[in-house]
Amino acid sequence: MLCDICGKVQATVHLTEIVDDQMSELHLCEDCARNKSAQMEQQFGLSDILAGMADFDKPSKAAETLSLKCPNCGLTYAEFKKIGRLGCGDCYAAFRQYLAPLLKRIHGSAKHSGKLPGKCGGKSVQPRKKSELQELRQKLLKAVEQENFEEAARLRDNIRELEEKPRQQGENGGEYGT
Amino acid sequence: MELNDFLKHTSEWLKGAGSNSDIVISSRVRLARNIDKLPFPHMAGKKQAEAVLERARALRDTVDALKNTVFFSMSELDAVDKQFLVERHLMSHELSQKPNSKALIVESSEVLSIMVNEEDHLRVQVMRSGFNLKEAWDIINGLDDAIAKEIPYAFSQEWGYLTACPTNAGTGMRGSVMLHLPALVILNQINRVLAAISKLSFTTRGFYGEGTQAAGHFFQISNQVSMGQSEEELVGNISGLIGQIIEQETQAREALLAKEKAMLEDRVHRSYGILRNAYIISSKETIELLSMLRLGCELGMIKDLNRGVLNELFILIQPSHLQKLENKRLSPEERDVKRAEIIRQKLNAV
Repeated sequence: MLCDICGKVQATVHLTEIVDDQMSELHLCEDCARNKSAQMEQQFGLSDILAGMADFDKPSKAAETLSLKCPNCGLTYAEFKKIGRLGCGDCYAAFRQYLAPLLKRIHGSAKHSGKLPGKCGGKSVQPRKKSELQELRQKLLKAVEQENFEEAARLRDNIRELEEKPRQQGENGGEYGT
Repeated sequence: MELNDFLKHTSEWLKGAGSNSDIVISSRVRLARNIDKLPFPHMAGKKQAEAVLERARALRDTVDALKNTVFFSMSELDAVDKQFLVERHLMSHELSQKPNSKALIVESSEVLSIMVNEEDHLRVQVMRSGFNLKEAWDIINGLDDAIAKEIPYAFSQEWGYLTACPTNAGTGMRGSVMLHLPALVILNQINRVLAAISKLSFTTRGFYGEGTQAAGHFFQISNQVSMGQSEEELVGNISGLIGQIIEQETQAREALLAKEKAMLEDRVHRSYGILRNAYIISSKETIELLSMLRLGCELGMIKDLNRGVLNELFILIQPSHLQKLENKRLSPEERDVKRAEIIRQKLNAV
């Protein structure tokens, strides 16, 4: 049998590959086999591991998932899988459903709890505090309605604390998440 | 200031100052940052990459902490110059590859540096000598706030700073500490320590980059995870771990002194003898001998040697440094001769 790649030399190396239950065989001469294995080694890096991790739950991805595309930079999900790098910040939102479990697997958590930048995308970022404040105020109203004054006093103190924090941090120039 | 001026002084992080500097060489914090909406360097076209470069260059006019910096455009440096900056730990090997639209911004004391268009748009780094991660964080935190006023970062409330590789997302922070652990190596305890480190989601690399772990008994330990904890928590966790390793190395040094003093003294003084008298020496042999000599100094076996001189020698004996000092290209054989000459000069001057 001649080598499947060069077609000139007798094949002495026989590879069997199974992809999605489909078996394929490759018969190679020694030189072509060496080249192929060098290629494989070169290609198998962090990106493969990341891509493999991304597909942990779903071994075969539907074509529509792979063709998912970032509207800002044009990177497709298939390309991300191949290179293990996102194309721009917007890719994170575009591939959100697949990145969330991947980030959790890498970091053990998919929730940022570090500092916030002063501004983001040209707009000023309101720290998470704002929504927390709204939530607390609603709880306070409810507690007052239910005449649960002990709880209301606790909530009032929490609100005061939160309201004061951003001001103090603003003076130091840094804002932090909790 | 020009590139050659760096040869005339020692980087701040090599001075051997700061706490625990008998064991800890340096502490480093780096932040990965990207500009909102712009494609990351590997996806960017020439114009987009140049735009990032110009924005980074402009930071030197607007950010106070960057006023006293030098801007090196990678496309204007030759191979030796780029390697020289890599050897000084100011930039990665990756930045020196495919140099178009890439740059390095360095502050003159070399505490602060920014790689532009490496894997991310900006890789900001602060290095301090000794065990000083908290201070490195404080400096870089202030700088990061100042840069954020000029550049809109790619950031999400949920996932933090968005980076090209998802392994860096979140805080975008990597804190690392360079340790000299000869006693743990000599007593064959290092593997136990390294195994524990990797179980705790920290990584270890060598002084001279990946794959050089054992060279000179240097180990660089850093956090692997960058999301889910605040920067202060990450700094605290690494510092806690480093504190334990320092304790282990200290105990190992005491055990060596108690049980193997004669052997240790013999190895230290032989190392000193060879280094002060050799006329041809390879980098591998140099690193091994310098490591023993450094241990001997810290244990008081050699009195008149300053740890800063030794720390600096670990940098000076590298290929590009030797060629810059000689001001010409040197073959590997010529470098072995030049290396021995520099070592003799430095060690016999004290």
